Amino acid sequence: MSTKIFKHVQTSVVPLPIENIDTDQIIPARFLKATTRDGFGNNLFRDWRFDNDGNPKADFVLNEPIYSGKILVAGKNFGCGSSREHAAWAIADYGFDAVVSSFFADIFKGNALNNGLLPVQVSEDFLAKIFDAVYADAHAEVEIDLEGQYIKIAGTGEQESFEVNAYKKACMINGYDDIDYILSQTEKIEEFEEAR
Amino acid sequence: MAQTLFDKIWDAHVVSSSEGFPDILYIDTHFIHEVTSPQAFDGLRKRGLPVFRPKQTVATADHNVPTWDQHLPIKEELSRYQVDMLTKNCAEFGIELYGLGHPYQGIVHVIGPELGITRPGGTYVCGDSHTSTHGAFGAIAFGIGTSQVEQVLATQCLLQSRPKRMKIEVNGKLQAGVGAKDIILYIIAQISAAGGTGYAVEYAGDTIRGLSMEGRMTICNMSIEMGARCGLIAPDETTINYVKGREFAPKGEEWDKAVAYWQTLYSDEDAEFDAVLSYRAEDIEPMITYGTNPGMGIGVTQHVPETASFEHKEQASYKKALDYMGLHDDEQLLGKPIDYVFIGSCTNSRIEDLRQVADFVKGKHKADNVTVWVVPGSKQVQEQAIREGLDKIFNAAGFPLREPGCSACLGMNEDKIPAGKYCVSTSNRNFEGRQGPNSRTFLASPLTAAASAITGVVTDIREFLKEEELV
Repeated sequence: MSTKIFKHVQTSVVPLPIENIDTDQIIPARFLKATTRDGFGNNLFRDWRFDNDGNPKADFVLNEPIYSGKILVAGKNFGCGSSREHAAWAIADYGFDAVVSSFFADIFKGNALNNGLLPVQVSEDFLAKIFDAVYADAHAEVEIDLEGQYIKIAGTGEQESFEVNAYKKACMINGYDDIDYILSQTEKIEEFEEAR
Repeated sequence: MAQTLFDKIWDAHVVSSSEGFPDILYIDTHFIHEVTSPQAFDGLRKRGLPVFRPKQTVATADHNVPTWDQHLPIKEELSRYQVDMLTKNCAEFGIELYGLGHPYQGIVHVIGPELGITRPGGTYVCGDSHTSTHGAFGAIAFGIGTSQVEQVLATQCLLQSRPKRMKIEVNGKLQAGVGAKDIILYIIAQISAAGGTGYAVEYAGDTIRGLSMEGRMTICNMSIEMGARCGLIAPDETTINYVKGREFAPKGEEWDKAVAYWQTLYSDEDAEFDAVLSYRAEDIEPMITYGTNPGMGIGVTQHVPETASFEHKEQASYKKALDYMGLHDDEQLLGKPIDYVFIGSCTNSRIEDLRQVADFVKGKHKADNVTVWVVPGSKQVQEQAIREGLDKIFNAAGFPLREPGCSACLGMNEDKIPAGKYCVSTSNRNFEGRQGPNSRTFLASPLTAAASAITGVVTDIREFLKEEELV
């Protein structure tokens, strides 16, 4: 089965300069009761975004009309905590194609890659530069190129390369899926079982 | 070549390893529950695939279930639907389900070990980050996302890159009143909520060796709270004695063969680790967290750090955490009034945890300002507690013993801490809203939680123990 393809994106960004954003903030547990993958974007950052009565909190970045774009930029250790893939679904469903941070939690990173949502890990310095750029001009654009593995602040031309697992990179560019790959190895799995 | 424990187990499970690809790792047992599996089963249906090895898949309902009147239908509609969906999926795909009403039902990380499914040298995964718990047996165990749940259902394998190896040693004698939970909260406070990311962590040293299996599970359980892929402890007599005779443990000749293999599972003396950390047991106080991630922990007599002590760029996040918790710089938690005490979760809901709490609260009563919930980790733990009369001790102390489930650890069922209220909790996460919208969590050991329930304020268990010695 094919998955969402990611090659390149250039848009303005949504800044969220908070560290250790855990998956309970991204999507609180009480919204994990759905049995499909759809609609989680409505509850992305639910308790930061809405008050108890469901009214948008004006000072949260997703409710500030000047900020928009397909790239979420967040503080270090993004996605720590629970293994819930719903966090990656919520971010992708809301409309983001990539998340930029100076550090990602392990399970979140894997979940994002499995859903065509690109986690881009940059240096602390470069992260600060992106925040500076977007706070100077809310429409400042950032370019992310997966093929070339670079991220660039369009206005200043400053750029940095980023790491991505070669296999997952090929999967994202071509829309390949892990299960198709492992299924192609079924004979080896059965041999392994017999040999134990 | 000298190998670490982790590498020995990993190598024994690699189905294939190709340049440029992650390894294909064979999974011995796949645990599933109602929350992170429905979309995976849907995926199988879309692909027209069966479950590859249904007999190596074990299911239970734990995250959503009520912990009171469990024999009645689940009131909350979405929770009921999700649990019903698990029942249907297990029936359709031929998977054994220890659902509500089954004598083996319970928190997935409690039932695997107590049924003898979790064993040394195995590989275990589950769509739940606290799967790291099972590593206490000298196994590789870690949490996965739903796409990976589907992958394991479809192939009994997982594509995984080998993580780096870290050794964390704890040596020395623990103070009275300090236990496994304090050790792991101390380690996370030292290395931060991200300090273990990218590593498989082996816990070693004589203090770790001296812990019971329950204590070792508490330690490995919270490996994920420092970001580690997994945590593990080499099996020894304690491990073997725990597994022996359990429902699904090997028997007879199979047992002897298994034990002979398990005895080869240790890190060779000159095995290389990518990082080694060492701590002294004597330095560890009863621990408590004050912030909104498990790395924000202090000894119970210490003061909350000052904002100015952090780097400038970290100060905004730190201040946000303190504001959420209703705390200020340099505040001491000791003596702070609390509202709830939760004793439960996959970290601290095993029979040993309940025995320890019962032993302490016997003849005492909770403070009027505190509501206490004791939630056993499994039906078997609950039954055992009742057989031992612990329920009577709990009831007399105002600590009602509820029914098994994840409960107030994440508040997916009715067990939620109200907004603004403080809960001393034996669970594993103090994230904003984790125990209910705007709830405030202080993570601590079962003994610290129990002592705080008795006094109604954050309490140093050592003070109690001193008094009891005098009596």
